[in-house]
Amino acid sequence: MVAALEQAFRAHWGRVLAALIAFLGDFDLAEEATQDAFAIAAQRWPRDGVPVNPRTWLLTTARNRAIDRIRRDRKLAAKARLLEPPGAKEDTVDEADFPDERLELLFACCHPALSIEAQVALTLRTLGGLSTEEIARAFLVADTTMAQRLVRAKRKIKAAGIPFRVPPAHLLPDRLAAVLAVVYLIFNEGYGGRAQVAAEALELGRALAELMPDEPEVHGLLALMLLHDARAAARFEDDELVLLADQDASRWDAHEIAQGRAALDRALALRGGGPYVLQAAIASLHADEQRDWPQIAALYGELSRVTGSPVVELSRAVAVAEHEGPEAALRIVERLDLGEYRYLHSTRGELLRRLGRGSEARRELELALSGSPAGAERRLLARRLAELDARG
Amino acid sequence: MKYMLLIHQGTAATPRSPGEWEKLSAAERQAVIDDYRAITQTPGVTAGLQLAEPETATTVRVQDGTTLTTDGPFAELKEAIGGYLVFEAEHLDAAIELAARVPAARMGGAVEVRPVVEW
Repeated sequence: MVAALEQAFRAHWGRVLAALIAFLGDFDLAEEATQDAFAIAAQRWPRDGVPVNPRTWLLTTARNRAIDRIRRDRKLAAKARLLEPPGAKEDTVDEADFPDERLELLFACCHPALSIEAQVALTLRTLGGLSTEEIARAFLVADTTMAQRLVRAKRKIKAAGIPFRVPPAHLLPDRLAAVLAVVYLIFNEGYGGRAQVAAEALELGRALAELMPDEPEVHGLLALMLLHDARAAARFEDDELVLLADQDASRWDAHEIAQGRAALDRALALRGGGPYVLQAAIASLHADEQRDWPQIAALYGELSRVTGSPVVELSRAVAVAEHEGPEAALRIVERLDLGEYRYLHSTRGELLRRLGRGSEARRELELALSGSPAGAERRLLARRLAELDARG
Repeated sequence: MKYMLLIHQGTAATPRSPGEWEKLSAAERQAVIDDYRAITQTPGVTAGLQLAEPETATTVRVQDGTTLTTDGPFAELKEAIGGYLVFEAEHLDAAIELAARVPAARMGGAVEVRPVVEW
């Protein structure tokens, strides 16, 4: 039963909350009512059994609880007036009355008028159903800080009139990019080792693919996350970071790679060529036994053209090193204006090492090391340096 | 929803500072004038008053019953407000779109969109 409840929570929280927000026009009230509904489910389902349609049951209960709360709380009298019209009596709702409003909710949570930190937190809270404490832990901030961030974000949505809608066509490309960026940020936050957060991002990615089936970048992002996630188990060995080239491919999740490639195929069938589709295509090539380095380098070239990012050029250099050699790669790296970016130093160090320029390589690796936070990445660099010293 | 659009002039040239204003081409000057006119004629917009240069501002504080005046605006000179308008709109997106059409926003200034409290 606990499993059934947990599963219901995961499956329905976002959708029930989104429907309630659309119905009530109030985040806090909707959240309280949704919480109430799940709490009642936890009491009743073990006794009465799981309802035939759990979502309708949760929607009905949450809506009735909201109406209860409004009636009880005289301070909210003004809102109750809003609720009087269509069918505010307590009865079972037809699911047709509650269309899926998760997209509207996602676009509200990822509105550019909110700070990126608030967007991420709100998305995890409302669509993912993570508790404030869970989100705080994932982002290494105090519970009170995270609670405040959420309260402030919800207050701004209401006070500033952030719309609860899917943006019209002329705003959609920018807004969708913002939504995808939030989901990918959540994924990367989890990819560093917090598996629950990564799983949440995958869920959001799947929901988006279902809700916006005609957007190639949506499938591109899902493909990218699946292809990365498929390699998660091989990225660490005894807590030590293992680079892609050294990973044990038998530990990759073949099923997830297949899912990722299917999503990529959909994106390509929709003529996708945006940054997420390109990154997914590169990740797919990286999952091949024999890597097609010229093709990977070409895709990085295209990605670099689309994004104008010197970090992408750095990745292209790594691919070029594999098929044209370290010298050609070093020529690309020398042109990049990346300041003290630590991966610039580690990449340059690696290329110099391959060219047999040991002392220059050492200097670069030391610079990379000094810019790296403590942890697996730092230890990997230290190992590389030790290897260099051993070879002399 | 009702929004106040506070126009921060920043380094954007206005006819109030002839030196800077004359540096713009005739076409640019005309575009600024046309854009402001189009904005004030947009349905839902109540045009505000144009403020004189921030250098002319006097900032007043009262401390222990004594009135203290200082020369200049409360904010930094280049952050001072140069004008405002009120916009009645359905939601924030509409207000952001209007704000983006304010010439100061593309000429080195910025527009702050603030909801107006309605009781």
